[in-house]
Amino acid sequence: MKLRINGKSIGYDGDPEQPLLWVLRDEVGLTGSKFGCGLGVCGACTVHVDGKAQRSCVTPVRSVEDREITTIEGLSKDASHAVQRAWIEEDVPQCGYCQAGQIMAVASLLRDNPNPSDDDIDRLHTNICRCGTYFRMRKAIHRAARYMREES
Amino acid sequence: MDGGSVSRREFLQVSMTAAGGLIVGLHLPRSLIAAEAADLNAFVRIEPDGATIIGISQPDMGQGMYSTLSMLIAEELDADWSRVSARQLPLMLARDADGNIAWAHVPQGAGGSTSVVDLYRPLREFGARARHLLLRAAAAEWQVPLTELATEPGAVVHASGKRRASYAELATAAALLEPDDELPPLKSPQDFRLIGKEFTAKGVTDIVTGKARFGIDVQEPGMRHAVIARCPFFDGRVKSFDDRETRKIDGVFDVVPLPGPEPGAPYSTLAPGVAVIADSTWAAIKGRDALKIEWNEGPHRDETTAAFDAACEAALDRGEGEIVRDDGDFNSAIAAALPVTRRYRLPYAHHATLEPQNCYADFQGDRCTVIGPLQMPSSGSRLIAELTGLDRLAIDIRMTRIGGGFGRRLSSDYAAEAVLVSKAAGVPVKVTWTREDDMAHDMLRPGGWHELTAALGADGRPTAWRHRVASPSKYYRRENATMWESEIYVDDLPAGLVENLRYEYFDMASGAWRGSWRAPAHTANAFAVQSFLDELAFEAGEDPLQYQLKLLGAPRELPYSGHGGPTWNPGRLAKVLQVAAEGAGWGRKLPEGEGLGLAGHFTFGGYAAWVAHVRVSGAGELSVLKLTGAVDCGLAVNPNGVRAQMEGGACDALSTALAEELTIDGGRHRETNFHQYRLMRINQAPRDIEVHIVQGHAEPAGLGEPPVPPLAPALTNAIFAATGKRIRRLPLADQLKRDA
Repeated sequence: MKLRINGKSIGYDGDPEQPLLWVLRDEVGLTGSKFGCGLGVCGACTVHVDGKAQRSCVTPVRSVEDREITTIEGLSKDASHAVQRAWIEEDVPQCGYCQAGQIMAVASLLRDNPNPSDDDIDRLHTNICRCGTYFRMRKAIHRAARYMREES
Repeated sequence: MDGGSVSRREFLQVSMTAAGGLIVGLHLPRSLIAAEAADLNAFVRIEPDGATIIGISQPDMGQGMYSTLSMLIAEELDADWSRVSARQLPLMLARDADGNIAWAHVPQGAGGSTSVVDLYRPLREFGARARHLLLRAAAAEWQVPLTELATEPGAVVHASGKRRASYAELATAAALLEPDDELPPLKSPQDFRLIGKEFTAKGVTDIVTGKARFGIDVQEPGMRHAVIARCPFFDGRVKSFDDRETRKIDGVFDVVPLPGPEPGAPYSTLAPGVAVIADSTWAAIKGRDALKIEWNEGPHRDETTAAFDAACEAALDRGEGEIVRDDGDFNSAIAAALPVTRRYRLPYAHHATLEPQNCYADFQGDRCTVIGPLQMPSSGSRLIAELTGLDRLAIDIRMTRIGGGFGRRLSSDYAAEAVLVSKAAGVPVKVTWTREDDMAHDMLRPGGWHELTAALGADGRPTAWRHRVASPSKYYRRENATMWESEIYVDDLPAGLVENLRYEYFDMASGAWRGSWRAPAHTANAFAVQSFLDELAFEAGEDPLQYQLKLLGAPRELPYSGHGGPTWNPGRLAKVLQVAAEGAGWGRKLPEGEGLGLAGHFTFGGYAAWVAHVRVSGAGELSVLKLTGAVDCGLAVNPNGVRAQMEGGACDALSTALAEELTIDGGRHRETNFHQYRLMRINQAPRDIEVHIVQGHAEPAGLGEPPVPPLAPALTNAIFAATGKRIRRLPLADQLKRDA
């Protein structure tokens, strides 16, 4: 089958049931998406499929054939996406392991909700950060929303 | 090496393990230096374009080492901070004159909140030595005395103001100088440009772009992937296994049995098992799913959390435990008074690092390479040497970024396991733990029960105090564990502050794997002590803040034999309590259903206090509206990093207090993944966290752990203030829920 990942076409002839996450990490060499739980609960593996956040650890690779897959490596060329900039400016990460998934989830959330309230964030953003960077993360989400509104 | 073809990497490996070889650049062939960057020592490299790359000796697991350690070196180097970046150094060991293995440069590892404390001076010295080499290079070049030279960020300047050379221009010449034996003078704190100032962290861009390399991301040539079916039962064994179906799976390369530690013996790995080695993680997982294994369920198969709780309570009911501390005459003092007694319960807690355990190992007979998220690379190297018989200098250990530690990676069992798999299968392997693997095998923070008893004098202050702890020790099955270690620390609060005081310990039996969890037993003890003080203040009809301040008294040094000793100062604890309380508007009138609660604690040299502001709805829905904290960790080298540790430590502790409990059933862990072991998400995190930094001492002290212990009691004290309901059992779970 053909996979479209970060704008490139890649052939894949392995197990169609293999989760997209392991294909990305072990076979394509894109290790920015992280393994956290394998159940779709923590969100560390979040990528975009046709622009929407999806948890790649529970996404069989057969289900994303011919769809546009974007990973953290493809979100921007140079950390210039509004969410990445906000993350740097608010100095969100601690250990950093969950942050690629957080950023991908937030980028998708803000596309659907350009001006989320705190309650919206509570309801819609469910990724786990074990270091507890949520306070700065919330500020970064609001900052990124502002940047995205200014850009559009 | 054959002439001229030495690779830079090979060269650096040699030079870094050579005793006393601080100036590795000295040994580089001239041609290589001219073409590439110059290493002024293992910690300072200056590129031809002026980029200054600081070597980070400690592993980073979120505690901000890349930033904070860079600041220490860059300060004395007088580097241009905007050009500074950080690179992780490998484990650097050397053989000393007596033939013993020693640190080549500095102690390496992260634990006990000691990185900045231990490295505050040595790293500044490396920076100062490198700066001095650059000054000497300029002096030689310009034919002027050193005394006429000074530095400004990234450059040497002459007193005349007419000559200036960037570090990049001077680096090659500096790297060829013989180092001075004499240490150049260090800056006075009032001249610091970087230390104590506000900067955002180094290395964030790599994280937000997915480029940062964690252990689980390691890909090396020829590497295979392994997962292990480990015996889930405490001290269980592999009775038999059948791998015929596994070997039929596409991509499976080999299946090897792994030994585990003997019951009661020190842990090398945590459990015996069967490793499946494959071409991909997925094939290894599928291969493992196809294994048929029969387990011997071991000697603890009847252990359950309910039975453990009952045993702890029964121990407390029976009476006296082992006496850990006995001041004055507790029994007489309590007999003459109306005692107040309360019990508190703490659950077993799991580390649940978001990056599950993993490690790469390539065992090659006479040497071995290990790459992974190693928090304690040196003890990892010792363990691997013991298991393989290799010389420790033949074990090349490289640290990646670490996706969370919280104490889990103080043990290097996962690295030892990877080496054993590589040795058995004869290939380089990366062993990856799935979340289920990680949940099933962890060195838990011991659970336990605490009983506190006090008598109050006429002024309300405690005149007698007894703290009994029934809990299994985290110190067990260790090679150097020649004595049992109590989970109650001999000098902890209120030791030295109450005349008649006893600490007693009941060492409970449990087969569960136990170990250090961020701020180890301080998290349990501070919950009990700070809750009890709040209860005593209520009994005495006093304000909890004033009650604590009266107990702590004036600033003075008291002996402290545990983490962060040899002394502690109750006045510094009083100060952080006051600052946090002031910041939170302590004493103000709050709407119905809201409350403020306060708690403080000393550990690892740091003093921290939190005030929690909570609201509890009529239905029992808890909202943590705001946390206001104060911390005194001496000199705050990196204030932004200090706030990050306070904010994160508070959320870690809040998450643990709200819902985290690892329960035991049938001699194994019951929770299997994050749907059952519930970590906090953003919806439960406080929307506001305010941190005040108090500097009570000129030198830095521990910080990674101090923020954690006082948070849970601040929370439950606030719940009491809001509702009148006292929470004495953690986690909170649904104890507040009422039918609406």
